[in-house]
Amino acid sequence: MYTSFEEIQNVCRDRGEPFWKVVMLEDCHESDISEEASFEKMRSIYYAMKESDANYDPTLLSSSKMVGTDAEKLRLYREEHKMLSGDFASKVMTRALRVAESNACMKRIVAAPTAGSCGVMPAVLLTVQERENLSDEEMTKALYVASGVGGVIAERASLAGAEGGCQAEIGSASAMAAAAAVFLSGGDNSAMESACAIAVSNLMGLVCDPVAGLVEVPCVKRNVIGAMNAISAADLALAGIKSRIPVDEVIDAMKSVGHMMAPQLRETGQGGLAATPTGQRLYQELMEQD
Amino acid sequence: MVGPSSSHTAGAVKIGNACRKLFGEEIREAKIYLHGSFAATGKGHGTDRALVAGLLGLGEDDERIPESFALAKERGMEFSFHTISLGEDAHPNSAKILMSSPEGKTMEAVGASLGGGRIVIDEIDGLRVNFSGEFPTVIIHNVDQPGHVAEVTSMLQHKSINIATMQLYRTGRGGYAIMVIECDQEVPPQSLQWLSKLEGVEKVGYYSPK
Repeated sequence: MYTSFEEIQNVCRDRGEPFWKVVMLEDCHESDISEEASFEKMRSIYYAMKESDANYDPTLLSSSKMVGTDAEKLRLYREEHKMLSGDFASKVMTRALRVAESNACMKRIVAAPTAGSCGVMPAVLLTVQERENLSDEEMTKALYVASGVGGVIAERASLAGAEGGCQAEIGSASAMAAAAAVFLSGGDNSAMESACAIAVSNLMGLVCDPVAGLVEVPCVKRNVIGAMNAISAADLALAGIKSRIPVDEVIDAMKSVGHMMAPQLRETGQGGLAATPTGQRLYQELMEQD
Repeated sequence: MVGPSSSHTAGAVKIGNACRKLFGEEIREAKIYLHGSFAATGKGHGTDRALVAGLLGLGEDDERIPESFALAKERGMEFSFHTISLGEDAHPNSAKILMSSPEGKTMEAVGASLGGGRIVIDEIDGLRVNFSGEFPTVIIHNVDQPGHVAEVTSMLQHKSINIATMQLYRTGRGGYAIMVIECDQEVPPQSLQWLSKLEGVEKVGYYSPK
């Protein structure tokens, strides 16, 4: 596993291979499989991502009944109104809700990097593919880019809300999607790096405060902000805008911010929105139902 | 995977699955003790259904996970849930599972879900262990006496199996011991059987991540 962007960039330069391929070759080495086998495995993950969007059931509510049906509301609104965020962005938002709601309803999703943040990557990737008519091969390469990013974050910091707060989940998903989006738009390694750095910086400090401890409120809607943050970070980076702080240092900062967070803000359901009077009332009501 | 939480759902399926493989017998009854966050928020995350799904051998992306209780009934596996405190040192997402077979054999294991679907098995039959379930793993229960480690490692060498990690635990000098070996390759069933026949070896468990 690579432990820094710097290391991946160096390997890319030394071997003259693209970022996605360097990540793929590392997977071949770690899992002891051929390039074809690795690529097919990754392609099947992309198909599973597509299915997680396609299999959305607009009538379903989660077992707590706190989430569900919102993606459909947004879709209907989008059809009849001109949305402030425009057509592309509104599709990204709808998809983020669809997949995150499906997750809350115990449907099959791709944890990328976690189940709580599973809406971010498909929201960005599927919508870019649809607009640009990209092949599934190209999308599979984009998944390698994203997994390279996720791998570095997992090695240097954490992907778990219980350890690093929501920044580790939605923040990481957003960085992964941002790099993938830059790749799909033809950006170079340095732009991918900037996009990740900007995406993580902009969600730094985000706490994990699930109401009643469930991956529902506010998690589902945070997938929307994670996806939108990825798109804007990618656009900034593609325009040549740099992060003043190098990406590896941004990730280290995210880790130390996670350590500074009180336990109440790390997936215990005791701080933030979970601790509000309404959050507490919802929790009590759920306990009484059981 | 099937949602909603990689730690509370996918990890729970993996713990159930690991326990089932470690037991290696048909499970007639499973008593499941939930600790910490598993006990507090497990129900909304489907941790209960996920653990039962794992004990039935379903994978973490099996779409039957939400209906695992009905499936258990169909297959004649009884299960019950209890709350437990495994102490302050235990990971907040921990479960202790007590399994019994139709022949009355039993095994007890504690597993924890670390986040992102990664798990660790912390305890088998009251002895502390530590393995991830990401590698083919051999668990040997033996009498603590000289030579067992050499026997096992030379067998693995003979089969060209590389050891990734190895841990030894015992109740006390000359007492009951456990050897946990994570390997880079699968261990053939004949080799496991050979191990189980060695003098001083009481039981051989095997976990394959496949």
